[in-house]
Amino acid sequence: MTSTILAFLVRLATGVRLLRDLPEDGKRRVYFANHSSHLDSLVIWAALPGRQRAWTRPVAAAEYWEKGALRRWLSGRIFKAVLIPRDPARMRHEDPLGRMLNALDSGADLILFPEGARSETDEIGPFKPGLHHLVSQRPDLVLIPVFLENLNRILPKGELFPLPLMGQAVFGPPLPGPFEGETRAAFLERARDSVLAVSRGNLSPLPDEGP
Amino acid sequence: MKDPELLYLVGGVVAVLLVASIVTRLLIRKRGETPVLVNLRQRVNAWWWMMLVFSASLALGRGGVFGFYTLLSFLALREFITLSPTPRGDHRTLTWVFFLILPLHYLFAWAPWYGMFLIWIPVYAFVFIPIRSALAGDTDRFLERTSRIQWGVLTCVYFLSHLPMLLYLPIPGYEGQNAKLLFFVVLVTQISDVMQYVFGKLFGKTRIAPKVSPSKTREGLLYGGAAATLIGTALWWTTPFTPIAAAAMSALLVAAGFFGGLVMSAVKRSLGAKDWGSGIPGHGGVLDRLDSLLFAGPIFFHITGYYFGTHMASTYSQPGWMKGLLRLWLDQSPGVINVFPLVAWLG
Repeated sequence: MTSTILAFLVRLATGVRLLRDLPEDGKRRVYFANHSSHLDSLVIWAALPGRQRAWTRPVAAAEYWEKGALRRWLSGRIFKAVLIPRDPARMRHEDPLGRMLNALDSGADLILFPEGARSETDEIGPFKPGLHHLVSQRPDLVLIPVFLENLNRILPKGELFPLPLMGQAVFGPPLPGPFEGETRAAFLERARDSVLAVSRGNLSPLPDEGP
Repeated sequence: MKDPELLYLVGGVVAVLLVASIVTRLLIRKRGETPVLVNLRQRVNAWWWMMLVFSASLALGRGGVFGFYTLLSFLALREFITLSPTPRGDHRTLTWVFFLILPLHYLFAWAPWYGMFLIWIPVYAFVFIPIRSALAGDTDRFLERTSRIQWGVLTCVYFLSHLPMLLYLPIPGYEGQNAKLLFFVVLVTQISDVMQYVFGKLFGKTRIAPKVSPSKTREGLLYGGAAATLIGTALWWTTPFTPIAAAAMSALLVAAGFFGGLVMSAVKRSLGAKDWGSGIPGHGGVLDRLDSLLFAGPIFFHITGYYFGTHMASTYSQPGWMKGLLRLWLDQSPGVINVFPLVAWLG
């Protein structure tokens, strides 16, 4: 209930549309997107149809989301985030990849930002290898590229108040997993290109103008 | 809506929309769901909703009308700024514009404090906007960025807010009936848009500015404008005008509506878009429907005020309660001082 209302409010504030047609084929999905705002995972989560939203968990930085009661409640109760530490020391004994695989095995879909951190510019940075690890461990994952538009203007890094502008979450066709003999770097580059491809010329089809 | 004449106007629009809905349905039954007809059905359905919300706001009285236009300005400005590329340096400026300048403007309008309504945006806001952007330290295309925000506030907030202000025009012998004047302006301007489009599709040959707006033709403007003027003249009994004055004012609305649409279309295209948004199914964004009202509102408001010799400024000086609130705040010196850290924190 709280989730449905929150998702509705997020869509209302950011202008992101609810996705209606996601096939339910029993396969686990990983949505991966460009990262420029705190709103990013929230917006993808809010754009998913209610049933899918219930089992979709964003992968987020533990250091940020473990601070304060509100953040803990949001990440723990509402988004059921898979928290991954950024600190290399913590990373070594907390096994972030294992956490993500556990979540997938228990029937969750994941929201992932392969750039690792929010980008300060409009560019999409290089992807970190996590996506490749996941798909080599679980080859029948469905990888869905998502392009998030304008969210860096609604709430840029370092700002407190969001502007009431309109953003967009464009979902692309699934990305085929690594080919025979494809290197990790080549696959990650292909994944990054798939997000860029969704960004090009994908503003919704426009009607004829007239009253 | 106690005024029976207002009900007649609403009834008339409902009748026209009913005919439009029936014709659309018959066409779809005959020719199937072609893209053009599906778009037409979407448009007619959206007209029902727009008409319903507009009439509901009138039925709710002053507060309803001003609330409705506050929301419209907010949505219009949202579309305008979304399409204008504003960099990080403008974030705080825009926060102030959306959450302080806009609501305060409508507060002054609703109060009504006419003098402040006139100058709040062209003087205070226009001084504030470049200051805040300069403080952010980004000099890249500074003049262009500042002008963009100022133009957005001017059209989407200042110009649009003249429509609800029509409720306050003190016209001798027309007291308490001003809601009909607002209805008249919106009806004639929007019907003019529809008529120009329809006649343009039927007889349009010479495009007026093909690069700016391909659907605006000389024939459409002439025949459609004439039809809208006739309709406006026929409605003279709902206005404070004589039939001849009503015809002249309708022609004025047609012209202002046409140029408003043309200019906003040029702005839209300079920003590289075809529609302002996708908020109204079949139509595009809120601004795609409001564009013709942006110029028509203030021009109609001021010419009508001049024609009837209304003295808005002396009739609506600062309301006592506003003066009282300000004095209360100024008398408490901590109140004044406490604002500075708050403003610094909000930035």
